[in-house]
Amino acid sequence: MAVQKLPLAKALNESLRTALENDPKVVVMGLDVGKLGGVFRITDGLQKDFGEDRVIDTPLAESGIVGTAIGLALRGYRPVVEIQFDGFVFPAYDQIVTQLAKMRARSLGTVKMPVVIRIPYGGGIGAVEHHSESPESLFAHVAGLKVVTPANSSDAYWMLQQAILSDDPVIFFEPKRRYWDKGEVDTEALPGELHRARVAREGTDLTLVAYGPMVKTCLEAAAAAAEEGKSVEVVDLRSISPLDFDTIQTSVEKTGRLVVVHEAPVFFGSGAEIAARITERCFYHLEAPVLRVGGYHAPYPPARLEEEYLPGLDRVLDAVDRSLAY
Amino acid sequence: MTVESTAARKTTRRSSGAKRTGASTGAKKTAQAKPGEPELVQLLTPAGERVQHPDYDIDLSAEELRGLYRDMVLTRRFDAEATALQRQGELGLWASLLGQEAAQIGSGRALRDDDYVFPTYREHGVAWCRGVDPTNLLGMFRGVNNGGWDPNSNNFHLYTIVLGSQTLHATGYAMGVAKDGADSAVLAYFGDGASSQGDVNESFVFSAVYNAPVVFFCQNNQWAISEPIEKQTRVPLYQRAQGFGFPGVRVDGNDVLACLAVTRWALERARRGEGPTLIEAFTYRMAAHTTSDDPTRYRRDAEREEWEAKDPILRLKAYLENEGHADAAFFEELEAESEALGKHVREVVRAMPVPDHMAMFDNVYADGHALVDEERAEFAAYQASFADGEAE
Repeated sequence: MAVQKLPLAKALNESLRTALENDPKVVVMGLDVGKLGGVFRITDGLQKDFGEDRVIDTPLAESGIVGTAIGLALRGYRPVVEIQFDGFVFPAYDQIVTQLAKMRARSLGTVKMPVVIRIPYGGGIGAVEHHSESPESLFAHVAGLKVVTPANSSDAYWMLQQAILSDDPVIFFEPKRRYWDKGEVDTEALPGELHRARVAREGTDLTLVAYGPMVKTCLEAAAAAAEEGKSVEVVDLRSISPLDFDTIQTSVEKTGRLVVVHEAPVFFGSGAEIAARITERCFYHLEAPVLRVGGYHAPYPPARLEEEYLPGLDRVLDAVDRSLAY
Repeated sequence: MTVESTAARKTTRRSSGAKRTGASTGAKKTAQAKPGEPELVQLLTPAGERVQHPDYDIDLSAEELRGLYRDMVLTRRFDAEATALQRQGELGLWASLLGQEAAQIGSGRALRDDDYVFPTYREHGVAWCRGVDPTNLLGMFRGVNNGGWDPNSNNFHLYTIVLGSQTLHATGYAMGVAKDGADSAVLAYFGDGASSQGDVNESFVFSAVYNAPVVFFCQNNQWAISEPIEKQTRVPLYQRAQGFGFPGVRVDGNDVLACLAVTRWALERARRGEGPTLIEAFTYRMAAHTTSDDPTRYRRDAEREEWEAKDPILRLKAYLENEGHADAAFFEELEAESEALGKHVREVVRAMPVPDHMAMFDNVYADGHALVDEERAEFAAYQASFADGEAE
């Protein structure tokens, strides 16, 4: 296949196909992942080619899906679970937090839990309640889990490959509103490290840190700022747990200013952790306090209000201006 | 035609026409059931009399019978020792299985080596059957680990404290067994309290839909800490299976022969690809929920006394003696073995090392994690900062 221009959704589909081809122990399971190909078509065509034994339509019970995935992993399988939407993961939260995350430690390292839980997340698609949430911090807070989120097609392909190869449970957040964005995927190139952040755009005046759906927003903000003569660096985190503070530190030591952007509520969000650690690491380099842009401490609003709730270009630029004004 | 009767027809051990399960079958044909009460499979009465059951029978040699007796006696001795160790401050907590020995030994001895068990935190008798070193069970109660054994070395998963979660793990594992084309079976334990959990009900759904080779063994010991069975269900628990599309059987949980016979039958069904079975072992938690519990606040002594008369060990002892299957020497040797086990457990527990404080960072991840590495280094440096002070 080598280099192709693929929508992010198709890159995920190709990645799953590759994983199913490479390892007979990989199984895909979730609601509607079979004939329908998933509500976002991420598993399109996979059941037809790999059979109902490996691409498994499950009963409609998220705890059951993750709980049985744990059992399959104990038997030596590598389940890739699809949770249909972000807001539907909570029935499985107990199995993920109480069982999946702790299993290796409590077995004193004698078992491994190679389970990937794919979750389409975030807003911006005009959906009804519980279809637009960003619960990544709720998973990053839990030892034993790894949390990653790609922002483009190439990362979607490769990070999913790496997540499936990992012997640790990985919560794989997919930026659903970017599913249809196209990008180049080189399926023969060597991928970078799964848990390394990436400088998506270089700059000298201020660092924007983002991940998943907000990377594109921040790149647009950086382009707009450039027109006003401000040089903004954009860091795409890619991995939320573990989090690559070194790359952020290097950037902030250069720029002296940091704004963290995510769709998730600001309060106790990943931005809070980044702000605290970067303040510790870069205290004498900072020209301004670390600022955060994100969702409000309110339930995700009805779709007609989501443009105001979600950090958009203007709110990011407003934070950039406030930081530069210090 | 119900699903379970279709499946049961394929078996060779049962007579034709009789149903095993379901409210519709009502009460008949068992030695103990009174009119209107659910049927209860029993092969050995509380008085130690061997009775026949039309669907389930078992033919054991005297040696096998003595073996079951030995298992139950040693398990009870181990359990008593653990309770004593808790009282002496050697364990932080203990969850006694007193009264449930027959349910656990009967079901545990029905297993083959290649079968897999998913226990709660009270399956000390099953662990014994699986060959898990009993002292390994005590690590988590002493607070030196949260598990303590390699689940794959005895096909006995770690104890699960959050109730019911393990039934889904068992179901997933059984789905994997079926995918592998193996003829192993999986045995999942839970209790009357956990039967209310969503996960248990989801495991019934999943195992039925995928026809997974799993047997659900519910020890209905009548009490979920202080809540009686009436707070969990309006129907006998075994009857719930019918609604999920697989057989349910209530067995006398204090009758080791019945527990063995019914579990063997259910495991064989699973091996033959006939799907899950629910076994409700009707038993009684003779001790407190754990050493932290005080049952005098919620149940009557008279109830316990009623169940003492149904003791699983005494009834098998009576049978062994009446049938001449065991002589005085056997009981004396077992008493000595029992004492030796108690001594061994005491010694091992008291010598159980507290892990090095750095161990809390071990095995959090298989592939490592930058934050864990960083915090481990910070903690080590912090600990090392006291080294000078200690030297003075």
